[in-house]
Amino acid sequence: MLSYALQRVGLALVILIVVMLAMYGMVFLVPGDPASVALGPRATPALKALLTERMGLDQPVLVQIWRFFSHTLQGDLGVDVWSKRPVLDQIAEAFPHTLILGIVALGWALVLGIALGVISVVYQGRWVDRVLGVVSVSFISVPSFVVAIYLLLIFAVWLHWLPAIGAGKPGDVTSQIKALILPSLAVGIGWVGYLARMVRASMLEIMGANHVRTARAFGLPERRVVLRYALRLAIVPTISVIAMGLGSILSSAVFVETVFSRPGLGTLITGAVFKRNYPVVMGTVLVTTAFYLLVITAADLLIAKLDPRVRDALAD
Amino acid sequence: MPWPTSPRALKALLADPMGAMGLVLVSLFVIMALAAPILAPYDPLALNVRAKLQGLSWAHWLGTDQLGRDTLSRLIFGARTALSISVTATGIAGAIGLLLGLIAGYGPRWLDAVLVLVLDSVNALPMMMLALAIITVIGPGTFTLILVVVLVSIPSYARLIRAQTLSLRRAEFILAERAIGASTPRILLRHLLPNVLGPLVIVLSMDIPVVIMLEAGLSYLNLGVKPPMPSWGNVLYDGYTSIRTSPTLVIAAGAPLVLATLGFTFLGEGLRDALDPRLASTRPR
Repeated sequence: MLSYALQRVGLALVILIVVMLAMYGMVFLVPGDPASVALGPRATPALKALLTERMGLDQPVLVQIWRFFSHTLQGDLGVDVWSKRPVLDQIAEAFPHTLILGIVALGWALVLGIALGVISVVYQGRWVDRVLGVVSVSFISVPSFVVAIYLLLIFAVWLHWLPAIGAGKPGDVTSQIKALILPSLAVGIGWVGYLARMVRASMLEIMGANHVRTARAFGLPERRVVLRYALRLAIVPTISVIAMGLGSILSSAVFVETVFSRPGLGTLITGAVFKRNYPVVMGTVLVTTAFYLLVITAADLLIAKLDPRVRDALAD
Repeated sequence: MPWPTSPRALKALLADPMGAMGLVLVSLFVIMALAAPILAPYDPLALNVRAKLQGLSWAHWLGTDQLGRDTLSRLIFGARTALSISVTATGIAGAIGLLLGLIAGYGPRWLDAVLVLVLDSVNALPMMMLALAIITVIGPGTFTLILVVVLVSIPSYARLIRAQTLSLRRAEFILAERAIGASTPRILLRHLLPNVLGPLVIVLSMDIPVVIMLEAGLSYLNLGVKPPMPSWGNVLYDGYTSIRTSPTLVIAAGAPLVLATLGFTFLGEGLRDALDPRLASTRPR
C-alpha cells in the first residue's frame, strides 16, 4: 500500500513537472518573442524591454526555467500584465466561488443521481426504468451552457424566482444560496444522468450477488435489501468517477460562470484570454491542473484503502 | 467484430428505438449541412437592419437577430460549421491517435513508457483549461479550434489503440505470423490495423457530439469561429444578449445544439450496443 501511494504521488509530481515545462515552453512556440506575445497589441519598445528584463528573457534558457520553477514553487505566479496585481491573489479570490459551485453541482448529482438510479432498479424493466434511461442519457449529452441559458430564461427572466447574474451579496447567505441554485444545476445535470446510470448498473450487478440472495431468503424487507445491501456497495465505484469528473465540472463551470456572470476561475480565465493576459491564463491553468491531480491521486488512494479487491491486486 | 456499416449492425441499430431516433436526427443534420445553400431561405450573412429582432413569422420562420439576419438560415449554415469542424478534427485526432497507439503498443518498451507519460500529462490538464491556454497563445479561429480538439482528444484514442494492440500482440495469430517471418509493417497493417479500427470508429463517432459542443461553447464565448461565420454558438450568444427583449432567438439557437448532441449520442450508444458492448459508456465532459 505504501509503495503504491508513493508511486501514485510520484507519478502525479512528474506529470505536474511535464505540464509546467509544456506551459512554459508554449510561449516560445509562438512566432515572435514572448514579451510581445504577453504584451499583445500594447507593445511599445520601452514596455517590451522592461518586460523582457522582468520576465528574465535576457538570461540563458536553463536559468529561465530554473527561475520559473523556483518562483512557482514559492507561490509566485507572476503579476497581471494589466492590473499589476499578483496572479496568485486573483486566483485565491476566484477559487472559492468555483469550488462551491463544483461542490453544490456534485451535491445535485449525488442526491438526484442516486435517487434516479435507485428508482430505476426498483422498477427495473418497466416503463419508469425506460423513461429514466432516456432522461439520463439526455442529461449527459446536453451541453451545460445551453442548460444554463434555458434555466436562466425560465427561472430568472420569465418567473423571476431566482437571480439572473452574480454570486449574491457578500455576507448575505440567503442571496448567495439563491444565486447558486441555477448555475450549480446547470453544471451538475450531466453528472445527475451519469450517476443515475452508474448506480443502476452497479446495483443490478450486486442484486444478483449471493449475499443479497441470502438477505432475501432470510425474508428481509425489499426496502432494506435495496438500500442497505445493494446501494451501499454500489456507492464505492462512484468515488473514482466523481474525482475524474472534476475536469469536466471545471469545463462546464467556465461556460456557466460566464452565462450567469458569476465570479470564479472560469470568468477569470476567459477574461484573461480575451486580453491575452498571459500570466493569469498560465497561472490559472497550473493551479487547476495541480488541484485536479491532487484530487484524482487522493481518490485513487482512497479507493485502494476502501476496496479490498483493489488493495489485494496492488499487493501482488 | 462486425463493421459499423454492415447490414447486421444496421439491423441491430434500427431495432433499438433510441438508436433509430439517433440515426434519423443525425441524417437530418447531415442533410442540413450538405444542402445548406438550397435549404436556407436567406443568405446567412445578409443584413437587414430594418427587420431586426423579429419574432416568428412567415417571412422569417425563426425570427431575426440584432442585425436582421435570418435565424433559420444562420442555424442551417451553423450545422455546416459544426459538422465540418467536428468531422475534420476527430478524423485527424483519430489518425494520429491510431499511429501513436500502434507505436506505443507494438514498439520498444522505453518508447511506450515515454508516450504514456506524455499522453497522461496531456490528459491531466482539464480539457477546457488546455483549450484556453492554446487559444491565448495562437489566437481564436477555425484552425485553432481544430488544433485544440486534436490535442485534447489524441490521448484517449492513443490509449484505446495501445491497449488493444498490447492484448493483440500476444494473440496466437500474430505470434504465428511472426514465426513465419512476416515483417513488422505487414503485421501492423494487415493484421493489427483491421482489428483495432472498429472500436476506434465507434469511439470517434461518440466523440462528435462532444466536439460540436466544444465548438459551439467556444464560439459562444467568441473564442471559436470568427464572426460573421455562422455557428450555433455565436447565434446562441446573440440570443443571450437579447434574452430579455426577444427570447425567440435564444430558444431557437439552443434547439439544434440539444437535438444534434442527443442525436449523435443516441446513435453512438446504439452503435456501441449493437457492435461492441465492452467499450466504455458515455460520460459527461
